[in-house]
Amino acid sequence: MKLELRGITKRFGSLVANDHIDLVVEPGEIHALLGENGAGKSTLMNVLYGLYDPDEGQVLLDEAPVTFAGPGDAMAAGIGMVHQHFMLVPVFTVAENVVLGHEPVRGARMIDLPRARRLVREISDRFGFDVDPDALIENLPVGAQQRVEIIKALSRDANVLILDEPTAVLTPQETDELIGIMRQLKAAGTSIVFITHKLREVRAVADVITVIRRGKVVGSAPPSAPETELASLMVGRSVDLGVTKRPAELGEAALRVTGLSVIDHAGVLQLDDVTFEVARGEILAVAGVQGNGQTELAGAILGLQKPVAGSVLLDGTELVGAGVRDTLRAGVGYIPEDRSDDGIIGSFSVAENLILDLHDRPPFARGISLDPATVAASAAQRVEEYDVRLTSVQDPISTLSGGNQQKVVLAREMSRPLRLLIASQPTRGLDVGSIEFVHRRIIAERDVGTPVLLISTELDEVLAVADRILVLYRGRIVGIVPQKTDRDVLGLMLAGVPLDEARVQAAAHHTALGAADIIATQEEGS
Amino acid sequence: MSDNASAPAAVPAPAVPTGAEPPEPSRSETILREMLSSSWLVTTLAIVLALVISGVLIAAADTTVQSTATYLFARPSDFLSAAWHAVANAYVALFQGSILDTGAPTFVRAIKPLTETMTVSVPIILAGLGLGIGFRAGMFNIGAQGQIILGAVFGGYIGFAFDLPAGLHVLLAAIGAAIGGGLWAGIAGFLKARTGANEVIVTIMLNNIAIYLIGYLLTTSAFQRPGSNNPISPPIKATALYPHLLGSQFRLHAGFLVAIAATVFVWWLMDRSTIGFRFRAVGANSKAARTAGISVNTNYIWVMVIAGALAGLAGSAQVLGTEKVLSIDVAASFGFDAITVALLGRSKPLGTFLAGLLFGALRAGGFAMQARTGTPIDIVLVVQSLIVLFIAAPPLVRSVFRLSSRGASRRSTRTVKEAAA
Repeated sequence: MKLELRGITKRFGSLVANDHIDLVVEPGEIHALLGENGAGKSTLMNVLYGLYDPDEGQVLLDEAPVTFAGPGDAMAAGIGMVHQHFMLVPVFTVAENVVLGHEPVRGARMIDLPRARRLVREISDRFGFDVDPDALIENLPVGAQQRVEIIKALSRDANVLILDEPTAVLTPQETDELIGIMRQLKAAGTSIVFITHKLREVRAVADVITVIRRGKVVGSAPPSAPETELASLMVGRSVDLGVTKRPAELGEAALRVTGLSVIDHAGVLQLDDVTFEVARGEILAVAGVQGNGQTELAGAILGLQKPVAGSVLLDGTELVGAGVRDTLRAGVGYIPEDRSDDGIIGSFSVAENLILDLHDRPPFARGISLDPATVAASAAQRVEEYDVRLTSVQDPISTLSGGNQQKVVLAREMSRPLRLLIASQPTRGLDVGSIEFVHRRIIAERDVGTPVLLISTELDEVLAVADRILVLYRGRIVGIVPQKTDRDVLGLMLAGVPLDEARVQAAAHHTALGAADIIATQEEGS
Repeated sequence: MSDNASAPAAVPAPAVPTGAEPPEPSRSETILREMLSSSWLVTTLAIVLALVISGVLIAAADTTVQSTATYLFARPSDFLSAAWHAVANAYVALFQGSILDTGAPTFVRAIKPLTETMTVSVPIILAGLGLGIGFRAGMFNIGAQGQIILGAVFGGYIGFAFDLPAGLHVLLAAIGAAIGGGLWAGIAGFLKARTGANEVIVTIMLNNIAIYLIGYLLTTSAFQRPGSNNPISPPIKATALYPHLLGSQFRLHAGFLVAIAATVFVWWLMDRSTIGFRFRAVGANSKAARTAGISVNTNYIWVMVIAGALAGLAGSAQVLGTEKVLSIDVAASFGFDAITVALLGRSKPLGTFLAGLLFGALRAGGFAMQARTGTPIDIVLVVQSLIVLFIAAPPLVRSVFRLSSRGASRRSTRTVKEAAA
């Protein structure tokens, strides 16, 4: 099915989220929609999916104009969408989730589960998805959950499949499988709209790339276009994708974590006997797919979670049992992985967010009385220093973009003398400009001799910023490797394959992204 | 200025829905937040709407209106004028009974309703202030009723059982009332902090316990008036009474000054002190507060203790000011009215103060309305309930008055907040 968007315009008040966007997706084409967060990609897809009414413009399917009153209409017309955040019921089985809302019935309103199972098995077999219709969603790994979403869309005869940031939650190997699936669907004639801000993936899989910036189509490119060209189209200026940094000047080991184990509320061992050191002036990256113990590691060091065993020595002082307040006061800066949940208080002003941890100390407080003037003055200074774009420091921080919110968090955590910086997913959801800023700041902190623990699920970030890389898998350390490690090897380690074996396997088979890496290296060389 | 790209990106971000809204910890917190974020406009319109609907009920309950309705189609003007009179008379009586009795022969009689309104509003305001602190700190404290009772028990006991010099006696009795309420509420805070017990359930149960506790205490020799078979305490000694503010012909007492002082204190506490900063932080995002080194559990306890102390002072206003005796229904339904008032005042001190006055007026005026026009006082409860109902459903009010959508009103809430700050 051919999909065409003509002059789609969508306004939210004075903001034009989509400004006369034209897009043509040919049958059996993988069309990448590339753009930064907030560029208007998701808005466009929500218009297409019937969630928003466009203010202007029309959607055409096979040259015929259509209007959708809601996702139901869009689905009926053959458009399927896999959201970034999966829309699955965790306690239902795969088959139940797939038919949810379109349950086949028999007799008096009985759900025909055998038919649902057959449906799942049929689609699963056709594309080699390997999904058990009777498995509970909550027991499935993220990659498999995503395949369930795709099956759900396909079961409703989707001819156009929209994938919204599908790789955000996947390991490189899972991403590779997804790319395989996309190619298969394409071969079967399904058109795919692939929304992403990751340049590598786009180049690996797309047939056509459309770049969106600030609600407008700013250009299109073939997948052979160099990454820097795509990046500058996306950002609107020339960008330096690499992170420039001096070699690390290592001091003595400042953070010593020994035998650290954490058991969560459910009694599951989340962190299993983890031992490592970070030296002064070194960035140790903790790589791993989300949910492999990184959260618990940061939580245990900070005192949010009490480890069942082990010790955390910072410059010889034991941090285990110290409590969050004392740990922060001992000179630990912490950039939490979930900014909106742990990093900021959305309804609080920017100024208040800047003193969350220091609100009861001079100069911000005298006794138990806050000094609003000092708080505001200090906020103005921090905002200036960290280049936070805002109208007033008294505005709620929720009115700021993600990038600016993160700058506020950075300003709070890094504008006091630090003896350790823990940065957990510091660039998640940020635009390229903000990512550069955050990376520069973290490296600058390293350069003044602070040990840095960078926890990241983004392999690109790990490879760009780290001095050494620790790979976590199911709460255990798979290995600690130097920064110059092959992407495919790291990818396999993320899936729990030990270093030596990962080397052997990676040599035998390159993933699509790994291959793209090698090509990129060759391009740089030539 | 190397990353000028982030500046324009900064503007679109909030409006473009990405589905990345922070997950709300629990359903009751979500509801609470929704209620607190409704704007002044919606609040006012909710009151108007409640009065309109109650007007319909007043008309429907009026016998003249009912009889004219039987020949509605023959002479609709009879029906309409009867309805108009019924509603107008009821609301005029409500006004005369709560603010200014325009038909009164003397000045004192004319302004007496206003002083009654102020007197009645004292316990509602004080307890409402306490609940407001809790709501802003994420504690859905339903226990003001029990806390008022315990405050009245402590304050009343000090008031009738001891002989102390004037001034000191009332001071100690009031402090005792605050401690009584604070301890009672502190139980719920402690249980939540230590065991995670849901404060809604615990405070409701503590209300029940308090009601039966005071019933029991008033049968014991320590509390029951000697020679009386009724569950009533000895009269409070004159040294322990809140002094009259406008002479003895009015019931208005110094408790009203306590309410004003408490309003200012709560404003300072929540907006200008480090304690209130922590309360608000815990209420707005307990996870971020914890990550910033704030002990969430300690704050739960303190929030409840302070809220309870304010409710205890409400009890002192009843026992040491208005009633001058400890009786089984000393708290009336003030603890529950206070919930409404705190929500209506959006948990802000000034808002709670004004909402408390409104409820005091409805209560005081309700009696006059019943006496003069025969309109049942229950209609006042209907008005109160309707107000809460509409406050709880801002989209309903907005759609009735054709106001703009939810996002727009959120923004207007913000500007109101800014203006206030």
